[in-house]
Amino acid sequence: MIPELQGFLFPNDIHIHWSLMIVLYPYVTGLVAGAFIVSSLYHVFGRKELWPIGRFSLVASFAFMSVATLPLINHLGHPERAFNIMITPSSSSAMAGFGLAYNWYLMILILEIWFVFRKDIVLTARQSRGFKRFVFSWLALRTYDISDEALRTDHKIVTVLTAIGIPSACFLHGYVGFLFGALKANPWWSTPLMPVIFLFSAVVSGIAAMILMYMAAMALKGLPILRQTVATMASWLWLFMILTVTLEILEIITLSYESSEAWVIIRQLLTTRLSFSFISVQLIIGSLIPFILLLIVVLLGSQMKARVQNILAAAASSILLIQVFSMRWNVVIGGQLFSKSLRGLRSMYDPGFFEKEGILPALLILSLPFVILVVFERFLPMFRSVEEAYARGEIAAEDAEPAESAH
Amino acid sequence: MDNVSRREFLGKAALAAGGCAVFVLLGPGQAVRAAHPVGEGGSPLGDYDWEQHRYAYLIDAQKCIGCGMCVKACKAENKVPDGNFRTWIERYEISEDGEAEVDSPNGGLNGFEENVTHVKIAKAFFVPKTCNHCAAAPCVQVCPVGATYRTKDGVVLVDPKHCVGCGYCIQACPYAVRFLNPETRTADKCTLCYHRVTKGLKPACVAACPVGARQLADMKDQFDPVRKRIITERVAVLQPELLTEPQCFYLALDKEVR
Repeated sequence: MIPELQGFLFPNDIHIHWSLMIVLYPYVTGLVAGAFIVSSLYHVFGRKELWPIGRFSLVASFAFMSVATLPLINHLGHPERAFNIMITPSSSSAMAGFGLAYNWYLMILILEIWFVFRKDIVLTARQSRGFKRFVFSWLALRTYDISDEALRTDHKIVTVLTAIGIPSACFLHGYVGFLFGALKANPWWSTPLMPVIFLFSAVVSGIAAMILMYMAAMALKGLPILRQTVATMASWLWLFMILTVTLEILEIITLSYESSEAWVIIRQLLTTRLSFSFISVQLIIGSLIPFILLLIVVLLGSQMKARVQNILAAAASSILLIQVFSMRWNVVIGGQLFSKSLRGLRSMYDPGFFEKEGILPALLILSLPFVILVVFERFLPMFRSVEEAYARGEIAAEDAEPAESAH
Repeated sequence: MDNVSRREFLGKAALAAGGCAVFVLLGPGQAVRAAHPVGEGGSPLGDYDWEQHRYAYLIDAQKCIGCGMCVKACKAENKVPDGNFRTWIERYEISEDGEAEVDSPNGGLNGFEENVTHVKIAKAFFVPKTCNHCAAAPCVQVCPVGATYRTKDGVVLVDPKHCVGCGYCIQACPYAVRFLNPETRTADKCTLCYHRVTKGLKPACVAACPVGARQLADMKDQFDPVRKRIITERVAVLQPELLTEPQCFYLALDKEVR
């Protein structure tokens, strides 16, 4: 294939090295951080109306975290050497910190999930037989104290872990932005705003994903979707999307107003190669429409039928998931579409469906967290309190107000 | 089921954590470091003492005629895969209005054909490019595994046996001198023909240049004439604002070149 080049490119600059996989990586870690923020809104910030997804969002964060490294490993020229990052890290490398940041956060997540589900693990270990009993007794670390006092201690530990987890999640994702923002060679990446934009858009994608996944899970389990739970997430989503889009636009305005050497090529990039994914998808469809939809939900939500509110919130969430993906695309791919000569543009990057780093592997990686969630749910139910409240008749129709839960 | 006491549990956990730490500190990482001893005056290159040399590169852009011999020589010497370049030549044609037209067909491998253009060319020149072997190299800074490093004699190299092929160095290089070698799937770039210079030979591109536009300097050799030119004449480097401290110096560098 002869690439459609425009202007003068440095001869080595005709290849795209960071593929769809590297778009996927910040997207997935963004979902990790965002889902964790949702769970911390419940566990630390006392948003009690999020009780149905307090556990679910935590496990979702873990599920996304479990696959976050897969796009990276698939991308490496030598995946069999991936462990070099852990055993011979270079102290000056931003990327070498990944092992540390990733493992630290994974450890906090696993600990927190363990403490949140400890009672269920112990009960399962006691009530089952054979191999399952063996596995769960080890999962319980052979500690079976679930007295009220022990559970109160668990609860305190969960609060502390979440409190540590929030800055860790923010750090993990801000760090992903830093990987791009700290490269002075690339004027489209090199801005101190990059980690901040990544972080805020991560929260947007995480809340949007949790809204949709909550609705899907309730539909699958035949449980009611609570109006107040969706309304709370929708208002947080609205706040974070406003912050994100503001930052994204501010960055462009600053670049354009400064009119530095790089702006000449970045302007061409945005109006030609990225006109669809940046202007149409990221800014107009992806930002303006969900802004209006969520505005309606936030201002008029209580006056409309729960069903209408849920549809509007789901539509806004779906669009915002695409918006965040296109933002990742525009950063990762966009940053490689112009040559470092700042005089020329590469041809568009078009990932093939069956390529090693193409669309099919990306879809497989994105579907894995859902497999993990289904398996997790099979052994340790995440919606037990919702099921119990429903069985007791405390929550019934879609319009039901949230019942006080013992959870 | 027997209950494990908290003390017992913590004890075992500490033991496991200690085991992991020992593995990381004394494990394969150390083995890799031991296989590549550097510093302490010793050199992995036998008689050659890398403490006695520090290389720099001088390009006299005024002299380059765009013949492409350097690109050919580099390709032959280093088996550079097609479509990738350890060195290349750029041609600049600047009109009377100041509009610059730049090209580098196949990196200048086969020289340049005359451009048919209607604008009046005020000046035209060739600029050879290669790795700048920066003293503050961004590629060395970002390499997550330390596979890219700067030798004591001032050459930036890649260890292809240790490189994971993540491509971060390629993104970090402002001069686009790096590429991912499609055969080895590792980062690749100009080595300053390290295998030659450590034997007292010139890099292939320097040896092949018919007009002396490319020259190698040893900055630790008091009597090196190229060193003398670098320290006494008015030299420029590419993208100096990035503070990468390039060790490839240019004479007669035009403002259009970055």
